[in-house]
Amino acid sequence: MIALLARDIRLALRAGGGFGLGLAFFLIVVTLVPFGVGPESDILTRIAPGILWIGALLACLLSLDRIFQLDFEDGSLDLLATAPIPMEGIVAVKALAHWITTGLPLVIAAPLLGVLMNLAQPGHGWIFVTLLIGTPALSMIGAFGAALTVGLKRGGLLLSLLVLPLYMPTLIFGAEAATRAIDGFDNTTPLMMLAGITLASVALLPFAAAAALRINLR
Amino acid sequence: MTQVELDVRNLSVARGGVPVLEGLSFTLKAGEVLVLRGPNGSGKTTLLRTLAGLQPPLAGEISQPPEAIAYGAHADGLKATLSVAENLAFWAAVHGLRDIGPALDHFNLRSLASRAAQNLSAGQKRRLGLARLLVTGRPIWLLDEPTVSLDAASVGLFADAVRAHVADGGAALIATHIDLGLEARVFDVTPFKPDPETGLRTRSAFDEALT
Repeated sequence: MIALLARDIRLALRAGGGFGLGLAFFLIVVTLVPFGVGPESDILTRIAPGILWIGALLACLLSLDRIFQLDFEDGSLDLLATAPIPMEGIVAVKALAHWITTGLPLVIAAPLLGVLMNLAQPGHGWIFVTLLIGTPALSMIGAFGAALTVGLKRGGLLLSLLVLPLYMPTLIFGAEAATRAIDGFDNTTPLMMLAGITLASVALLPFAAAAALRINLR
Repeated sequence: MTQVELDVRNLSVARGGVPVLEGLSFTLKAGEVLVLRGPNGSGKTTLLRTLAGLQPPLAGEISQPPEAIAYGAHADGLKATLSVAENLAFWAAVHGLRDIGPALDHFNLRSLASRAAQNLSAGQKRRLGLARLLVTGRPIWLLDEPTVSLDAASVGLFADAVRAHVADGGAALIATHIDLGLEARVFDVTPFKPDPETGLRTRSAFDEALT
């Protein structure tokens, strides 16, 4: 399993592996929004947590179809399925590799890009914390969607449509937790909900995704 | 290596809901090579995928020791941006082995070890795909057209590898059309094609929805 994690991270970092794609997309979104909305700093401050969260979510979505599709096309997925690793473990490890190569860079970049959005002071830390708690759920839910659509040619459209509604609770509670903290309110409830969604996804979705993969490999 | 035996009783396999082979029975014992023959589309690949556990059988029984199968498909499962040694080391690690040296030597890949898989020729890629079988440490090899794009010398290397594996107590089931020069039983799947009139028709989920 560690070998699989190391391989996936190495593949992402090699040329053409897609590392940096999500990060570049995130940078573009956050840079363009102030131009679109206008330079009034109080408006930017108000929408900053939401925009940062939406940007991170879309950047995550961009690289989802790579999780299983490439392995499916070159036959590795068939061979992994016959290897002595349970399919659930394969799914969990590949979701973890996706989070390390896509989610974690976003989490680290978000507080810095918050400066472009005129994010209010305690917000930088809270954007970091909420994304750190929420992005693992994005990777795990995304891996489930990718497992469902793995056999389809150009499955990216279907994957996005499947995954977007599942992403909504994470977005709502994540952005809410950050906004409340910036406004000086208690944000324990949305933070707990966010953590709950992440833990439930990580605990349950590997089984669902493994079942979907088994059917798609037939 | 433990005593291995692949025993198939009255097996039926289906592809896309349509039965392609019915009533197959054969036994593959340790030290044996069984060559599968049959025209294109006769269900050899489907049979091998079923035996590898990638799809469920339609009917019948397959008995085999747990985790004994190494499946060699049409696709080699190579990563283009990883080197030959990295590709092989990954599969070795997945199967809990460390040493890729013998596999590199056996398929004459030592001089290519640091070359990225995307810069290999088709035949070299195939050799790397076959070298993967040696690092799985599994006793039963299921091979689907293993000699595609191999030259005569490489076919010889492959036949040697199979011979060594079988002598070591392993077994191999090979779907191929060329003569590998191995002492092998031939199993022709053509007579097991289901009769379109009497053959049992599988019910798909759509049929259930309609009734």
